[in-house]
Amino acid sequence: MKALPWDLQLLNTLAALLLLLSFAMLSQRRIVSLVNLLAMQGALLCIATLLLAWRTGSHHLYVSAALTLGLKVIFLPWLLHRLIRRLGVYWDTEPLLNIAGTMMVGVLVVIFAFGLAQPISALASTATRNSIGIAVAVILIAFLTMITRRKAMSQVVGFLSMENGLFFGAMSATYGMPMVVELGVALDVLVAMLVLGVFFFQIREQFDSLDLKHFESLKEEQ
Amino acid sequence: MNVFDWIVQLVGIALAVAAAPVLVGWVNQCRAWLQNKSAPSILLPYRGIRKLFHKDAVIAENASRLFRLAPYVVFGTMLTAAAVIPSIATRLPFTQAADAIALVGLLATARVFLSLAAMDVGTAFGTLGARREMMIGFLAEPALLVVIFVVSLTCATTALPVIAERLSAQSFTLNPSLAFTAVAFTMVLLAENARIPVDNPATHLELTMVHEALLLEYSARHLALMEWAAALKLFNYACIGVAVFVPWGIATSHAPWSLAVSIVLLSVKLLCAGAGLALIETLSAKLRVFRAPEFLATAFLFAVLGLLVRLLLGD
Repeated sequence: MKALPWDLQLLNTLAALLLLLSFAMLSQRRIVSLVNLLAMQGALLCIATLLLAWRTGSHHLYVSAALTLGLKVIFLPWLLHRLIRRLGVYWDTEPLLNIAGTMMVGVLVVIFAFGLAQPISALASTATRNSIGIAVAVILIAFLTMITRRKAMSQVVGFLSMENGLFFGAMSATYGMPMVVELGVALDVLVAMLVLGVFFFQIREQFDSLDLKHFESLKEEQ
Repeated sequence: MNVFDWIVQLVGIALAVAAAPVLVGWVNQCRAWLQNKSAPSILLPYRGIRKLFHKDAVIAENASRLFRLAPYVVFGTMLTAAAVIPSIATRLPFTQAADAIALVGLLATARVFLSLAAMDVGTAFGTLGARREMMIGFLAEPALLVVIFVVSLTCATTALPVIAERLSAQSFTLNPSLAFTAVAFTMVLLAENARIPVDNPATHLELTMVHEALLLEYSARHLALMEWAAALKLFNYACIGVAVFVPWGIATSHAPWSLAVSIVLLSVKLLCAGAGLALIETLSAKLRVFRAPEFLATAFLFAVLGLLVRLLLGD
């Protein structure tokens, strides 16, 4: 068999690790570890972006790598850790489905995602087109993470992980989005995070808990 | 097949049988060092086996013939497995007789006999141990099979010697799917050999023991054979891991020189594997029995991810 060039091998490995981290997040019970995993995912994404920037020689990818590092590896995890400390929520409740079951659903989701991405990869012309399937899988698993959690905090982490997946998908399909779009998305995530941070306090003040199942009984309490 | 092949094969089996207790002794020694205890001799398992062979066997009154037969069957299957696994050389008569899937079946046979024998006497602990063993086994087996499928896909064959040859001929590449399956295989190894996250080999604590509960009714030569078989099982698993994931240096011809290199390299690899095993055991805490399915589901997940990544990313 023909061996791939080493940088592509490394990129594929990073993609696989990204998928692995998504599964780790899916199975994680503690919010603190969930945030750490998110930071690790951001770090992997940053390395992958740097590698791709070096490989393709496109300068705007360096900027987005720096953006990833600053926002997703340092700032957002710091913000989340601070929120966790101030809200005193260290544990999520058990996920809605048991862990082993969730993981098996996750495997099915990955199979679905790989099937979904096959035609897209066939059309793409980038060297990293094979990773598109992994990006879609990361997005869907993040979605699954959000679905199986009850606490607002872990849902937000799932949301951020989904954004990571989207970023990686854009990267492997077209070597990154245009700079303007990327900056816009980064700003969006930042603002969403800040607003949600304020929301957490409001939710807790209203319901004495961050459990989103209280939202369901909103109408009856009037 | 000439006579020399058979001699090499027999030497290989003899080496496996002789080295298995030493491997267990080495793991125990490493673990003691890591835990700041004074280490027992590396030959301690041997002394234990010799001591047991000199004792008179006590067998429960209501034990059936199966109970007496089981140690020989279990030891025999492990011996056959040791012959099938390409540990020092690939072109051997026995290694070509069975492929990896048959090997999994062979290991399952041993497990079935072990569990049946434990239930045979009818004590509570034996039954409990047998049930737990079967639970762990039925969760570990699919993971092991998927690991084998991934490797078979990579090499387009299920024959272990051919896999070892192809992988050792290949230059080193970063292969995420093989890395994932290696992790899955390590987890299966820990579970199947009653190692710490799943079972503690060093205690007879009633509530948590699995492997020891199975052997509770055995004594003397039967117990010796069972313990030897357990050591051989660990050795076999380590050899499968070596053959699949770090096959470099395995002898593909029968030149005496390459055989000698292969044996030395295998011992070095096994020493590293044993030290690694001791490290894992020291670093992790024993899981509750009910967490064991989660552990093995994770192993299965790693293996399936390896498979999927392999299908998506290609080589």
